[in-house]
Amino acid sequence: MGSEILILQYLLSGITKGSIYAMVAIGFNLIFSATGVLNFAQGEFVMLGGMIAVTLSFYFPLPVAVAGAVVIVACIGCLLELLFFRPLRHHSILHMIIITIGLSIVIQEAALHIWDEKVRSLPYFTGNEISSVKIYGAAISPQVLWVLGTITVSVILLHIFLRYTLQGRAMRACSSNPEAAMLAGINISNMRTLAFGLSAALGALGGCVISPITMTQYEAGAPLAIKGFAAAILGGLGNPMAAVAGGLLIGIIEAFSVSKLPAAYNDVSAFAILLLVLFIRPHGLFGSPSGQGVREF
Amino acid sequence: MLKRLIPIVLMAAVIVAVQLLATALEKEYCLTQLTMAIYYSMVVMGLCLVMGYAGQVSLGHGAFFAIGGYTSAILTTRSFLSLQDTWWAGILKRLHVFVLREDMFGSPIMTVSPWAAFLAAMIVTFIAAFLIGYPALRLKGHYLAMATLGFAMIVHKIVLGSAFAGAADGITGVPEWTLGAGLVITGKSVARVQNYYLASGIALVILILLGNLVRSRVGRALQAIHDQETAANAMGINTSAYKLQVFIVSALIAAIAGVLLTHYTGGIGPSESSILKSVRYVALAAAGGMANLWSASLISTLINYLSLRDWFGTFDNAVFGALLIIIISIAPDGPFKPLGLWIRRWSSLARVRTGEKNHETP
Repeated sequence: MGSEILILQYLLSGITKGSIYAMVAIGFNLIFSATGVLNFAQGEFVMLGGMIAVTLSFYFPLPVAVAGAVVIVACIGCLLELLFFRPLRHHSILHMIIITIGLSIVIQEAALHIWDEKVRSLPYFTGNEISSVKIYGAAISPQVLWVLGTITVSVILLHIFLRYTLQGRAMRACSSNPEAAMLAGINISNMRTLAFGLSAALGALGGCVISPITMTQYEAGAPLAIKGFAAAILGGLGNPMAAVAGGLLIGIIEAFSVSKLPAAYNDVSAFAILLLVLFIRPHGLFGSPSGQGVREF
Repeated sequence: MLKRLIPIVLMAAVIVAVQLLATALEKEYCLTQLTMAIYYSMVVMGLCLVMGYAGQVSLGHGAFFAIGGYTSAILTTRSFLSLQDTWWAGILKRLHVFVLREDMFGSPIMTVSPWAAFLAAMIVTFIAAFLIGYPALRLKGHYLAMATLGFAMIVHKIVLGSAFAGAADGITGVPEWTLGAGLVITGKSVARVQNYYLASGIALVILILLGNLVRSRVGRALQAIHDQETAANAMGINTSAYKLQVFIVSALIAAIAGVLLTHYTGGIGPSESSILKSVRYVALAAAGGMANLWSASLISTLINYLSLRDWFGTFDNAVFGALLIIIISIAPDGPFKPLGLWIRRWSSLARVRTGEKNHETP
């Protein structure tokens, strides 16, 4: 294999990983913009999406299973907001962040007791483990195209929702100025619930499409959460397009570092990037230093 | 002054009472787990400082504990015998940095002495805490939580994937630590009571020192940061410097606990560095009310003890997660504060009532 094809292969694998991180990062952003909370349970949504879809796929055809998983996890997201964050909205942000840490553990342990510690996965959406598509000589699984396609479509849909629909605009209004939004007659609490639901749904969808490639296990959430967060910070918190760029960048760097570093140190590169960004450009690659206080979707 | 002595005396009384009770009931073996629980609760005390006073979450205290424990375990078990003839090894040996001893099979080895390993552990922890804390604490918001979470994951991965740290098996055969004056940190059952008092004594000293820190200029500055960071900044308090200091102090305490526990149990495993361990410490600090060192240390010792005695079975981790959620949503200042308020209200009510009675009698 020529070195160009090898580089292309790494690049594609990086884009695949990166688009997953981007999906998690967008979920982070949604909740952060709406509430100011860093949601440590974001990775758990991804894990739950995959797990529920796997279980449903025993009884229903694949598309129904995936749709069902997304709806169920979205409901779980809304429920968490209603149960924990709405009654606690007068608490400090610190308390809410600690609660998300607790939730992440409880969800993980619940998943361990509902399912088990076995690694499971959805079937490939099209083709199987060995089928591949050639792109300029590099071989990729058709599932990768599914991942990229799903994420592209959902990012575009989210963008349209936030820019051009009444609900989406109301959500943006809430994040940029809650008091003014309240005066304009927007129900902020409901918007927050919606943000949690949307974020959970996005996470679950991501969890379903990546399940055939990366497998799903009860403890798969936390590593995704930290990398999604790194992606969000790298891009600049509060900007979904920047989060996508940040995610892709981290995925690509990670893919190339696999070829240089031992596999055990796989995550070191992603973390090193996070620290570097915090050191040099805390407002992220695409954020502006003055705009740190402004929360935008 | 007297008021400040009361909790210390009470705590000492509790410590002695527990030992006497355990001996009287012939359940001295329980003291072993209790000693371990006390070492774990030292980590929580340090974390209380970060969470309760600096208003930041650290998910990396398990990692600092592991750094302390592993540094000391590696240095005190690895043989440097091949370096014996170099000139600097001779100097270090005279300085008692290197000591000659026999390993489990009786063959001679030359390792770093526990004291020197302890110093090395402190230095490594200091550097790590500074590198993580400096960038994360300069920023407004809760970046420290994520930075430390990432850090903890890296430490865990490195520990699990490195041969020098024993990979998945961890390190065993860590020697006992002779502190001097007849005090030895060892897991031998003859020294069980002595080690229980040693651990409680160290914990008590740390508690007193932290209590003083909280009441000092640093503590008041931290309180100001916690209440209103912008105002504190405007008053000329260098908020990020104070936060960094507190973070490093608490990381060092975690590492001290790691070193002590490693010598006590004679080994350390990779599970000490797992994220769940770090989350546990956060849960326990939250359960104790974060800004209340006394209640946090009591509660964390108790819960850690129950966990070590395997009371929670397969729900061990779930208990800690649930504890976190319940305490924060119902009593964010710890269970003792509402209880104290309730008692105070009750007693003042009683006083009012008796006062009324006194009023009526004449």
